[in-house]
Amino acid sequence: MSKQFQFKLVLLGESAVGKSSLVLRFVKDQFDDYRESTIGAAFLTQTVTLEHNTSVKFEIWDTAGQERYKSLAPMYYRNANCAVVVYDITQPASLEKARTWIRELQRQADPSIVIALCGNKGDLEARRQVSQEEAKKYADEEGLMWGETSAKSGDGVSDIFMAIAKKLPLTAPPPRAGASRNTPGRPAVDLNKQAAGDSNDPCAC
Amino acid sequence: MDEEYDVIVLGTGLTECILSGLLSVEGKKVLHMDRNDYYGGDSASLNLTQLYRKFREGKEPPAELGRDRDYAVDLIPKFIIASGELTKILVHTEVTRYLEFKQIAGSFVYRDGKISKVPSTEMEAVRSPLMGLFEKRRAKKFFEFLQNWKDEDPATHEGINLDKDTMKAVYEKFGLEPGTQDFVGHAMALYLDDDYITKPARATYDRIILYTSSMARYGKSPYIYPLYGLGELPQSFARLSAIYGGTYMLDKPVDAIVTDADGKFVGVTSGGETVKAKQVIGDPSYFGAGKADADKVRVVEEGKVIRAICFLKHPIPGTEDSDSCQIIIPQNQVNRRNDIYVAMISSTHNVCAKDIYVAIVSTIVETDKPELEIAPGLQLLGPIHDKFVSISSLYTPTSDGKSDNIFITRTYDATSHFETVVEDVQDVWKRVVGSDLVLKKREAEANIEA
Repeated sequence: MSKQFQFKLVLLGESAVGKSSLVLRFVKDQFDDYRESTIGAAFLTQTVTLEHNTSVKFEIWDTAGQERYKSLAPMYYRNANCAVVVYDITQPASLEKARTWIRELQRQADPSIVIALCGNKGDLEARRQVSQEEAKKYADEEGLMWGETSAKSGDGVSDIFMAIAKKLPLTAPPPRAGASRNTPGRPAVDLNKQAAGDSNDPCAC
Repeated sequence: MDEEYDVIVLGTGLTECILSGLLSVEGKKVLHMDRNDYYGGDSASLNLTQLYRKFREGKEPPAELGRDRDYAVDLIPKFIIASGELTKILVHTEVTRYLEFKQIAGSFVYRDGKISKVPSTEMEAVRSPLMGLFEKRRAKKFFEFLQNWKDEDPATHEGINLDKDTMKAVYEKFGLEPGTQDFVGHAMALYLDDDYITKPARATYDRIILYTSSMARYGKSPYIYPLYGLGELPQSFARLSAIYGGTYMLDKPVDAIVTDADGKFVGVTSGGETVKAKQVIGDPSYFGAGKADADKVRVVEEGKVIRAICFLKHPIPGTEDSDSCQIIIPQNQVNRRNDIYVAMISSTHNVCAKDIYVAIVSTIVETDKPELEIAPGLQLLGPIHDKFVSISSLYTPTSDGKSDNIFITRTYDATSHFETVVEDVQDVWKRVVGSDLVLKKREAEANIEA
């Protein structure tokens, strides 16, 4: 029997640390040096396969730039099972920003959320300003997962998502199975499905 | 902020967010600002802390109400009518992927001191306690007439011309009693007053069909509701806008609307900086609403609505313990000109702690003692644990914006659903863009499926 879990993953981090590039590498195994700020693609999915016929489907939410002026909607954090908080290893200020996002997650998100701190732009080792020790120490103190990646080369990218995928089914609450999450009573209604049922309309003339 | 935008949108209420989302999808460069540090403006859903900040400055919410974050209290009570225009926009823009909906469990009407389910088919009419035996037969014929009506088949018209004959003539043809007319006109056609009776019957027919077809979709009531409160709706459209390049700035006080010598819009000043754009769209609060000293009168007050948000610790009596419902008190039943609405939701919709029920009683203000006017609604609720009352003005713009590129939306009215909000969106769209709003499917590449 194969099992598929579905989880909502949100990306956070300062502008230009490579959030979208990281996801583009993970989802499509592509990289674009001159990627503009995110436009038009903010809902991606990717499935990773674990042992024992288990797979995890990530529903990945990009900030769509709403983080830039501190205008992320509460909807963004709602029911997020995991978060990847990205900083740039060449920009110490971006780690400070990541700490702010992590505090925000601890305040806004579900307490069971799995948070991974991710140092991106690992290919720019020569310009490194944030040591692995410093970031890892902070992650350990806060109980976060931690890893370094390079969206450009692909190094570490699948590892960090795989690590999250392995941790999630064990720690997260049961993910939504088509219906609504932790709500008793009637199931949710599907507007899209019902939209086809216009034949009920006596005025379908 | 020296970039120039196509459109600046002020206020993140639902009307503005739908417009912002649709304009961004259309390729317009949009800057969307709000003076508050939260989304939604008047159509926000507040947590307890925000609710207390708004209604009881300086007081802390009592611990017995439970966790702050479990609350999403709507400021404006509205439900989504399942077959209505808002549903179409939600589906076409695919913002449904950010939202989850549940049914509202029941739709009730007040008659002679009691509340009863609103019958919506001839079958239900036959079982309804709202009518006597003979009236049931007449109502059955009336509903059959509506359901069988086909524009192109005169045999189904029974001598009625929907575009010429008044609703009064239709009621008289079927011999419906005043009490039946009350629930048909107010609980099904959802008119707020009786002005419709002397107008051509077509509009009323359309509204009854909207009600019955919405009812037929999910079964329990014609209404659906987004989990976590109505405030999720503006947020979802704001996200749509952002995905298509819209820039969002919350917590941005707007100091001035800058115009040139001819009065045409130039830009918006915030924090000492002026951002330029070709056009501005905003809710009335950004254009002098409620201020007498504005140099130019851009909005006028059309009336006032009183709303009482009530926390209950039980479902509303007489509603079969429904976890959510609407109750309409037709104006004739309580000697008023406007109906009183009760809208109730609960933890089933993730808007409050378990065992709390949030009911909002509202009506258009007719006297100088508005709190007394909603008493018939409050009396239906049983013991009220806590109550937050507000009286808000309804503003409407004085100009269509075509001459000065300043486009102002309308305040959320007293109707129980969002159809008038969509009418406003369509109206503003047409004035801003210059053509009718046509809903298009979002581009496939916006949804990378791997």
